[in-house]
Amino acid sequence: MLKCDNCNKPATVHLTEIRNGKKIEKHLCEQCAAQNEGVPVKGHTPINELLTNFVMAHSGLQQQKELGTTCEACGITWAEFRQGGLFGCANDYTLFEKDLTPLLQRAHEGATHHVGKVPTRRGGTGVPMKRQVDLAKLRKELQRAVEAEDYERAAKLRDQIKQAEG
Amino acid sequence: MSMKLSDLTNHAGEWLRGSGPMSEVVISSRIRLARNVAGYHFLARCTRGQRSALERKIRDTILESNVAPNMFYVDLESAPEIDRQLLVERHLISKPHAAAEGARGVAVGEHETVSIMINEEDHLRIQVLRSGLQLEEAWDQINKIDDVLEQKLDYCFHPRFGYLTACPTNVGTGIRVSVMLHLPALKLTGEIEKVFRAAKDMRLAVRGLYGEGTEATGDFYQISNQTTLGKSEDEIISDFKHLVIPKIIDYEHHARRTLLNDRTLALDDKVFRALGLLRSARLITSEDTLSFLSHLRLGVNLGRTKDVEVSTINELFLLTQPAHLQKLQGKKLDGDLRRAARADYIRQRLSAA
Repeated sequence: MLKCDNCNKPATVHLTEIRNGKKIEKHLCEQCAAQNEGVPVKGHTPINELLTNFVMAHSGLQQQKELGTTCEACGITWAEFRQGGLFGCANDYTLFEKDLTPLLQRAHEGATHHVGKVPTRRGGTGVPMKRQVDLAKLRKELQRAVEAEDYERAAKLRDQIKQAEG
Repeated sequence: MSMKLSDLTNHAGEWLRGSGPMSEVVISSRIRLARNVAGYHFLARCTRGQRSALERKIRDTILESNVAPNMFYVDLESAPEIDRQLLVERHLISKPHAAAEGARGVAVGEHETVSIMINEEDHLRIQVLRSGLQLEEAWDQINKIDDVLEQKLDYCFHPRFGYLTACPTNVGTGIRVSVMLHLPALKLTGEIEKVFRAAKDMRLAVRGLYGEGTEATGDFYQISNQTTLGKSEDEIISDFKHLVIPKIIDYEHHARRTLLNDRTLALDDKVFRALGLLRSARLITSEDTLSFLSHLRLGVNLGRTKDVEVSTINELFLLTQPAHLQKLQGKKLDGDLRRAARADYIRQRLSAA
């Protein structure tokens, strides 16, 4: 099995790039691919989506458009949200913030910021979102680990979730 | 649980007793809050397992925290269709919640003034219902319930967007304030369209008796806010209490006075025809029932007839609905059998008065 060009993990992402007429092949693990090439870490990303993300990352186009970004936590795309009208998880509000803002303005008399009640228990901190997103990600990873019958990893993830839940 | 549900069948909920402030026009005040639990996906992206886990977690939290006296829980995944329909007729769950699939339920308490839907469009839809115009009282109560639940559940909350909801049209406060109005005079004088237009200008939604996509049968209209972001709960409630609702009540009173002073005969004709039909019919549909009861209620409110109590009429609005009627009769009834049972029941209630 090919090893990742950057680290020594197994390479699962294979990219071919034409730069100045020269063919450059890259073999990366998921993590490096996500970091360096803008290819999101995702279980079963369809090939056309991978290509779209790759092209977008290199063309300098804004990623967060109909074709691009998929939520890492729940897997929804902006196009899917527009079709169904419902978000898949809390992370989507942050991920699609830019595209969402004009919609919110139309729906809420021009408003873009919350005014009103704030949960007393964590209202002061202002950063509860990160933990929420982490938890959703961990749960998704746990599900994947169980599906892959990687019980060692599943046990670790379960402990992490317990800890994060406090 | 079905024991508890049958207990509900033969009377109307507290909120329908028809004795709250402005009850001649305002049937009920309702506030609901949409909330989601952090660390779980919204329902559209939940697996069956996650959905069940959420249902258990939220149900246990509600039942352990004593948010309202005499709470009971209905597991809607296993409840028969007629029970779900009964809960819709009593405004304790929404139509989509009744029709959905998968783990979901509703916790009901304090004489049906509190209902908390689990796994509707959002993880939680907390609702408080009050008779007449009692928005501030409803807000005090629901705010406390929300505070109690928040101690046990991590809500999805975003510093900029507020309470996060599956649909961004509810984001921010997650609040929906609805006032159910009985506007028979505006309907009869043909001025109801003006109310619709004014409501639209004020960014308010007007819906029928059972919410989204339902007809305004029986001249009942639910007016509710659509803006949830950029306004505080107090502002939204205060607008309703001081601007919106008093104005509509004034319109309706004005239309009632016009009918009473200038069109007395036409008014009485409507009222006594309705009473006559309700007392004589042998087969009657629920649409006709609602429409005649509406005219009768107007007549009683204007003192044209003293034969019937308003509370009886309010109860009949509910108890003649299909699920209630079938529960009262203790059997499934269709077509003419149901229409006959409805007519019998109405005759019995109106002759006893």
